[in-house]
Amino acid sequence: MTMSGMKKTLAVCVSTAALGMPMMASADEYTIGVSIPAATHGWTGGVNFHAEEAKERLEELYPDVSITIATASDPGEQANDLEDLVSLRDIDALVVLPFESGPLTDPVRRVKEEGVFVTVVDRGLTEDGIEDLYVAGNNYEMGRVSGEYIRDELGGEGDIVVLRGIPTVIDDERVEGFESAIEGSDINILDMQHANWNRDDGFEVMQDFLSRFDDIDAVWAQDDDTALGVIEAVKQAEREDELFIVGGAGMKDIIERVMEGDDLVPVDVLYPPAMIATAMDLTVQHYMSNGPVVGEYILGSPLITEDNAEQYYYPDSPF
Amino acid sequence: MSNVLPESSPVKQRLTGVDFKTWGPFIALLALAILGVLINPAFLGLDNLSNMLTRSAFIGIIAVGATFVITAGGLDLSVGSMAAFIAGVMILIMNSLVDQFGPGLVTVLIGVGASLILGIGAGFINGLVTTKGKIEAFIVTLGTMGIYRSLVTYLADGGTLTLDWNVRDVYRPVYYDSLLGIPIPVWAFLIVAVTGYILLNYTRFGRYCFAIGSNEKVAEYSAIHVDRVKTLTYVLQGICVALATMVYVPRLGSASAATGVLWELEAIAAVIIGGTVLKGGHGRIWGTVVGAIMLTMIGNILNLTDAISNYLNGTVQGIIIIVAVYLQRAAWRTPGP
Repeated sequence: MTMSGMKKTLAVCVSTAALGMPMMASADEYTIGVSIPAATHGWTGGVNFHAEEAKERLEELYPDVSITIATASDPGEQANDLEDLVSLRDIDALVVLPFESGPLTDPVRRVKEEGVFVTVVDRGLTEDGIEDLYVAGNNYEMGRVSGEYIRDELGGEGDIVVLRGIPTVIDDERVEGFESAIEGSDINILDMQHANWNRDDGFEVMQDFLSRFDDIDAVWAQDDDTALGVIEAVKQAEREDELFIVGGAGMKDIIERVMEGDDLVPVDVLYPPAMIATAMDLTVQHYMSNGPVVGEYILGSPLITEDNAEQYYYPDSPF
Repeated sequence: MSNVLPESSPVKQRLTGVDFKTWGPFIALLALAILGVLINPAFLGLDNLSNMLTRSAFIGIIAVGATFVITAGGLDLSVGSMAAFIAGVMILIMNSLVDQFGPGLVTVLIGVGASLILGIGAGFINGLVTTKGKIEAFIVTLGTMGIYRSLVTYLADGGTLTLDWNVRDVYRPVYYDSLLGIPIPVWAFLIVAVTGYILLNYTRFGRYCFAIGSNEKVAEYSAIHVDRVKTLTYVLQGICVALATMVYVPRLGSASAATGVLWELEAIAAVIIGGTVLKGGHGRIWGTVVGAIMLTMIGNILNLTDAISNYLNGTVQGIIIIVAVYLQRAAWRTPGP
């Protein structure tokens, strides 16, 4: 769904470029600043990759558009980046994936007050009305889709374990969605522990779950990095036959397994780092399209199965 | 406190109780283990114990190296990043050799050899810049910590470096197999610890470490090659990091920017829990071993219960670490000179 959406956007880009070019002449040049977290874990690595790809593609498509990407390794650094983008690069539009919602709300507001068009990605600001455009995945939905799959697959009853992410709003929303999906069924969550969206932690937490519980029917790892650690732990305990694992995000290693019809990892739930590219496309469209491009764009979190896995597979991405 | 001093003469201490200085970490470990059993009997399961000891091997092996560095009055903050960097390069090298040598033993051995060379090199750089450059170890290793971390991120393009599947199959047993019922990483940990113990307590090099850590100037006047010995401690640390990486890579077959984060602090904590003095001059290898196991055990126990809110894991860890060190130091203060 997202892919076809993106393709459509692309098609629109091309056509508006052809039509719009003569009108803009050389007078209008747009500088777009993109501020994202540095590649500190797999998912943000994917964000960096797709941002670079989108920059190349868009700059080639629109000679008038120049895009600057700044990566920050903590919220403070990102706030500095925002100031620099405004004062040094004189940006017309900002695409920002905030490190954390709270600390970056005010810096983004100050950018907005300079008259810059603001697109916020993935993590919403704590105050409404600052951004012109909001592009995000749906964390609640992501959890709900995962929960629904596990509930249906287990026929409404069974014992499961949950490996949570880094304690943040994102993690809370996903778990809320998950719990809402299994509510009313006889699915019993044996325990939840934080594995911090991390491979090593996933391995260790799962090892401990396995020595603690003799019977586990399914594992919700919530994240593909975590899932890879879980897979190893399950293999070590030789308990592949009794359970299945549901990750999340859309990492290529996991998508590969889904494509191959791996029984241990039958599905994945999309939460694409490529959403940064969607946001950049839309931001450019704000200038290029003759239709209004403002408001909220919420991407779906479809279930990736053996049948549709291929369309979510990016073999060149580091994620 | 001071008015208690005269009463507790060394003789009385021996009569009344245990020597906390030596046995403190072991007692703390035992107490923690009892707590573990009370919380969940699964703690004593053979699988769980073997998982836990195997896990503690990474931090443990690194911490043995850190014991030398700290005893000689130094500090190495770069070990976690170094481990990630070495793991990354090792994976890249092995992947690139598959075409030439096939996914066999040769490829793995070259990878392991490369890891050792990198470890020695990285340790040598830390040592040389600290001693010859006359820069505080804290700053030098803080610098190299950032360098190695960003290098591995760069090598992985911000993503994850994954070992070729076929090589993985050859290398995998190094983490998952056992010898005489004991997992191989635990053997590695044991051998490193015994070697470290002999080196620190029964060789001239070990005594020099103590001397330099106690008073560098005096050591220098006593004709000890301070720079050389200190550099050697960093090289030793590098070797330990390389060894830890060798048993880490076969576990998940991957390295990324998230590999080995905060290992440096865990290693230092293990050393201090074990009774080594942070400002140098006094080191205990067996204490370090116990410290490393204890740190892993805390995490393990927290995973075995849902009685404590997950958000409070850090609090529990913090309290246990402080109490463990307090037990030891409280007894350390009272006996007097």
